[in-house]
Amino acid sequence: MLESLVSEIVVFVLAVFVGFQVITKVPPTLHTPLMSGSNAISGITVIGAIIVSGAGYGRLATVLGVIAVAFATTNIVGGFLVTDRMLRMFRKDTGGEGK
Amino acid sequence: MTALAELAYLLAAVCFIFGLMWLASPATARKGNALASVGMLIAIVVTLLDRSILGYEGILIGLVIGAGAGAILARTIRMTAMPQMVALLNGFGGGASVLVASAEYLRLSATGGAALDVGISIQFSVLVGAVTFSGSLIAFGKLQDLVTGQAVTYPLQKPLNAVLLLAILAVAAYLVVPDSGLAAPLADLFGGDAAVPLLVLIGLSLVLGVLSVLPIGGADMPVVISLLNSYSGIAAASTGFVIDNNGLIISGALVGASGIILTKIMCNAMNRSLGNVLFGAFGAGAADVAAGGGASGGTYRQVTAEDAAIMMAYARSVVVVPGYGLAVSQAQHAVRELATLLEARDVDVKYAIHPVAGRMPGHMNVLLAEADVPYDQLWEMERVNPEFDRTDVALVIGANDVVNPAARNNTSSPIYGMPILDVDRANQVIVMKRSMNPGFAGIDNELFYASNTAMLFGDAKASLTKLAAEVKEA
Repeated sequence: MLESLVSEIVVFVLAVFVGFQVITKVPPTLHTPLMSGSNAISGITVIGAIIVSGAGYGRLATVLGVIAVAFATTNIVGGFLVTDRMLRMFRKDTGGEGK
Repeated sequence: MTALAELAYLLAAVCFIFGLMWLASPATARKGNALASVGMLIAIVVTLLDRSILGYEGILIGLVIGAGAGAILARTIRMTAMPQMVALLNGFGGGASVLVASAEYLRLSATGGAALDVGISIQFSVLVGAVTFSGSLIAFGKLQDLVTGQAVTYPLQKPLNAVLLLAILAVAAYLVVPDSGLAAPLADLFGGDAAVPLLVLIGLSLVLGVLSVLPIGGADMPVVISLLNSYSGIAAASTGFVIDNNGLIISGALVGASGIILTKIMCNAMNRSLGNVLFGAFGAGAADVAAGGGASGGTYRQVTAEDAAIMMAYARSVVVVPGYGLAVSQAQHAVRELATLLEARDVDVKYAIHPVAGRMPGHMNVLLAEADVPYDQLWEMERVNPEFDRTDVALVIGANDVVNPAARNNTSSPIYGMPILDVDRANQVIVMKRSMNPGFAGIDNELFYASNTAMLFGDAKASLTKLAAEVKEA
């Protein structure tokens, strides 16, 4: 009964290691965009929300699912857009006009 | 789930990983963010095409509301309010996890209950999601000044939280294995309805989230936001366990790892352990410290804007140390103007950024980028500290504890051991401050009384504008 849980934990742990490797290379200058961008990525919960709200699990489950879709989508759209807005402002000394 | 869909989720996860890799340089970061959003789009489209989806009305409503709210938020938010926005989005991520797990629980309990592994995943998802949700809302409230920024303490704080956690674990255990002998008293308590214990679990977890963030003071918010960012990732991963989806598990793990790393960086920058930040209620006792040691006084030297401007105008190198006071008075643009004038006079201008200069990791860098300061002029603490020996003038604007030499040489100081910017080693130091009041941690700063320090009192923005005008005439 627990085999699938264990294999999922394996995936989780390996992904944490990948995360550590990748994130430690992000310079402090970009830590705020990193947070807002990773925030958008955590909006991946929308997948679960879509399934729950669309698969006909009963009225209450559907309503909960729709609210979850709205929450997660706010996360995704807000996160990616605001990250892009910030990253557009970062420019080098010799670069052209910012913004 | 079909094999094709599984592969599409893997592709989405790979997009996220490459997106985060490209965040390693400001030159490729925008591309990375765009790639990550493509990954998200792939994941969403594949899910919408899933055969188990019967109706689209609800999904569409949710997507439209969420996309609208997200777009408005992203376009209108001020850069100084970025910590609030991240806190709010963390909370939404947690909230989504609670809702998905709850819906799965209701579905499964209507059809004879969940298997042990799914049951554990669901309860964990509810717990982490709810703590993230309410904790983030309190953090948002503190940052937005809706809730007091002070560390809120109350009697029996730790025992109360421990009891709360135990109660949560008991209810969660009951929800996972309702028929075990130990759970019998709870079964009587809850009656037969499956929704009641779930609501109790959600309620208790929400309270735990509130109680664990309330005691944390405003100065420690960078740590808390990073930690809640990590929680939101773990909540997403736990949703992946609930619906058996590796895409969610990998993505959630990436975000969880990111949040933990940032939390650790913030803790190191304040020389505090995570436990000390979460339970120490730093700032609550600091008033005594200020009252006791703050009056140490000594004499300080005041300088006029004219003299300060001349010092900088004829310097070879100036290092600007921006603190949160700069952002509060919205003076980034005024700094940038002053720096441009100095550069026109062949003065070398750098900005020294302490890791906790803003209210979240990297916040000060964003605020300066918004004011068109090129990112290669922003120097990190480790890199800039050796430069102060060769610096003619260090201009400290609204920073206090992060430039306090007591952190280096006064073992009895509460901030002893905290890494600081060594501005006192510069030839001349100009400190811009409203008054002699102590900073966030309420600790007196011997830098202000040093022989090479001159104080320039007043509102940062007004003073900077005056400085710029004087430099122009010098």
